[in-house]
Amino acid sequence: MKNLFKEVWTGFGSLLTGMRITLEQFFKPQVTVHYPHESLKMAKRYRGHVVLVRDTTTGKSLCIACKSCEKACPSDCIVLDGIKREGEKKKSVTDFKLDFTKCSLCGSCVEACPIDALEFSKNYNLASTTKESFYQIDLYKPTLEAKAE
Amino acid sequence: MQFEKVVNVGGTTESGRETFVLNLGPQHPATHGVLRIKLTMDGEYVMHAEPVCGYIHRMHEKMGENRTYAQFLPNTSRIDYLSAMHYTHAFVGAVERAAGIEVPPRAEYIRVITSELNRVSSHLVWFGAFLLDLGGFTPLLYAFDDREKILDLLEAITGARLTYCYYRFGGLCNDVDDDFLRGTRDFVQYMRPRLGMYRKLVTDNIILRKRLEDIGPISAEMCRKYGATGPVIRGSGIPCDVRRVEPYSVYPELEFDIPHYPGGDCMARYDVRMEEMEQSLRIIEQAVAKLPEGPHIAPKVPRVIKLPPGDFYYAVEAARGRFAVRIVSDGKDIPYRVRLRTPSFANLTLFGEASQGMLLPDALALMGTLDLVIPDIDR
Amino acid sequence: MSIPEPFRLLAYLVGFLSFVGLNAAYLVWVERKGAARFQRRPGPTEVGYAGLLQPIADAIKLMTKQVLVPLEADRTLFRLAPVFVLTPALMCLATMPFSAAIGAIDFNLGLIMVFAFGAINVLAIMLGGWASRNKYAIISAARVVSQNVAYEIPMLLVVITLLMVTGTMSLREIVDQQAGGFWNWNVFNGIWDFRGGGWGHIGSNPLAPVTFVIFFICMLAETNRAPFDMAEAESELVAGAFTEYAGMGFGVFFMAEYANILVGCSLATILFFGGWHSPIGILPGLLWFLVKLYLLIFTVVWIRWTFPRTQFYKLLNLSWKILIPVSLITLVLTSVMLKLF
Repeated sequence: MKNLFKEVWTGFGSLLTGMRITLEQFFKPQVTVHYPHESLKMAKRYRGHVVLVRDTTTGKSLCIACKSCEKACPSDCIVLDGIKREGEKKKSVTDFKLDFTKCSLCGSCVEACPIDALEFSKNYNLASTTKESFYQIDLYKPTLEAKAE
Repeated sequence: MQFEKVVNVGGTTESGRETFVLNLGPQHPATHGVLRIKLTMDGEYVMHAEPVCGYIHRMHEKMGENRTYAQFLPNTSRIDYLSAMHYTHAFVGAVERAAGIEVPPRAEYIRVITSELNRVSSHLVWFGAFLLDLGGFTPLLYAFDDREKILDLLEAITGARLTYCYYRFGGLCNDVDDDFLRGTRDFVQYMRPRLGMYRKLVTDNIILRKRLEDIGPISAEMCRKYGATGPVIRGSGIPCDVRRVEPYSVYPELEFDIPHYPGGDCMARYDVRMEEMEQSLRIIEQAVAKLPEGPHIAPKVPRVIKLPPGDFYYAVEAARGRFAVRIVSDGKDIPYRVRLRTPSFANLTLFGEASQGMLLPDALALMGTLDLVIPDIDR
Repeated sequence: MSIPEPFRLLAYLVGFLSFVGLNAAYLVWVERKGAARFQRRPGPTEVGYAGLLQPIADAIKLMTKQVLVPLEADRTLFRLAPVFVLTPALMCLATMPFSAAIGAIDFNLGLIMVFAFGAINVLAIMLGGWASRNKYAIISAARVVSQNVAYEIPMLLVVITLLMVTGTMSLREIVDQQAGGFWNWNVFNGIWDFRGGGWGHIGSNPLAPVTFVIFFICMLAETNRAPFDMAEAESELVAGAFTEYAGMGFGVFFMAEYANILVGCSLATILFFGGWHSPIGILPGLLWFLVKLYLLIFTVVWIRWTFPRTQFYKLLNLSWKILIPVSLITLVLTSVMLKLF
């Protein structure tokens, strides 16, 4: 009998404590970010879409078409091609296609590259309405366009 | 509670009452994932529960036979995405044990810190989802608010928020900086009062206690029979934790308790997980204090690893129980067989026997305390 | 100025319908915003400023959905059930005085009338569940009926205790007896009664706050609000009592739930918190009634978003084994105190 009283008393007290805690939280500021009105800055090492790194002086990509990334990728996402131009010591890339529908952003390609020609971008707004935007993305074209500018 | 045995599944009970089959279908209103359970019910009581899994089978073990060791690393994070670091640790540990690679102490300590942070975040998801099942909607959001802090910390060093692919053979893929260590220390200071708040708001709440106490008793014998590990067996009174039974990494040098409660009911398993979060915070504090200087990866790890022929095994204490990797190698750079022993599979199998004769809402509460992640069951 | 009788009733009818309609729609907004603030997030903000047009968007959505009547359902009862759920709430409101000047009917048995109409609510939910011809709806509706019946008893016992103190069943007179400051309210005047003048004397119901708490808990259970919301949410894996209702049929049940909360909280304000009288004794009026009403409704929302759901058998245990004995004890204590002092 005494146990029942004690249980009812402590039980009711626990309910009031719980209510007090939620009321405290009621008056605290919000913790959510109102995307898309506000957005967050991505961390330095954030793994966005993979892109080819460009040499800052010449504007060309650093890739030497050694195909290490193609071999390292677990999902067979990368297809690339390169030719050896005259007067240059190493090959340069002419075609670099990434199949983003299979890419898992694991970073094997970024780590496998011997000259760090691949890096992660901070791009996370990757919505599109066509499959072609993701299948066989041409990573080499932006470097050509940048050089033309 | 006396219950009658079902004479034949989908038929009648001993006293001739008709049973019906209810499908706890692949689509759940709660956050369990795609699991189908065929329940044979007598009115409100569960007579027989038959789980049907395989709706999210992604053939990870088959993929292990087609990829090199380094190429399999992203897969390990995706087996159980909520405690991804532990799973990567097991695989990387198995390969290191086989190839004889020695991991520098700094890398080991950072592995422990990130694994324990991942354990806390996985338990926070369990906490929120379990309370959502029971009808308390608010603690889910408080738990996810705390989890954001962990995810931000880990995003700063690994670049990913859920499927970290952070460990490499011989260490880590990149080193941590002071921001991370400071953030981790701040997080531990922030989290302890929050755990106190959860205790006052949820654990002491009389409604929750009435809902969980003496519900779903699972005896230690049943756990042994089905091979259940993790908080399930620790909630039945047995202090079995891989970190103490088969020590790995630097856990022997760290001081922490193994929470275990003898009750065997849902409340005991709940208490075990809440206590585990506190112990994880303790481990993180010690590891951050003891972090040595040094390289973050072993030197001269070959780019393409070829393991000697043989059978190699490594077990870790993941958030849900004992996770183990067994690699059978025949000398090539691609393993012959990768076997993943996942905890949720064993924990699920005891649901059939443990839920007999229970009311349906109680059976759901029991399933919530087993903490099943369905991709873990189906791999 | 006195308006001729038929027009007065018409004005009240329109007034009540619009009050209930507006409240049912905007209590949804209050609930969503309140839930969001408890969870430290914004809630609806897109539709209209601060989401104020969100209930209108929801209403338009509900009205444009196709109302499917199941093939084997009882067509008349299926369509009648929502009506039966909403009407008692409106009629209960008709007996309640909102301020000294506003009150549709001054009935000297007002309190009994409120409970009589409240009982029709239970019948209507059973009708809705039964007419759906859905196994799980019937089970769920039967649970709701047993829950409601179990919680009506402590509610009535508590109200009888109050009736012994006030001596009248007319709601207007009950409020008039609580004039003065907040110490005269029925929730406090049971402990120490100042109404006899001077230093006052010991009140007739020393457990008056407990009485209020029991009334509040029973009110939550009667309106199927969390933590007692078996009908809506527990059967989330099976189905609720209102599964077969789509579109506006469901909308009417939803409105009726908020109308019932409104009725319950107005009754609590009138019986326990002094109706339209202010806490400091001056300037009574409609504003105080609305303030107290909305504070009680905020408490109902607060409770919903804090606690998990109870289990069905434990819920019935709570009523039969704890609330009824306690209310019987207060009843006996009050009658003893009334006899002695």
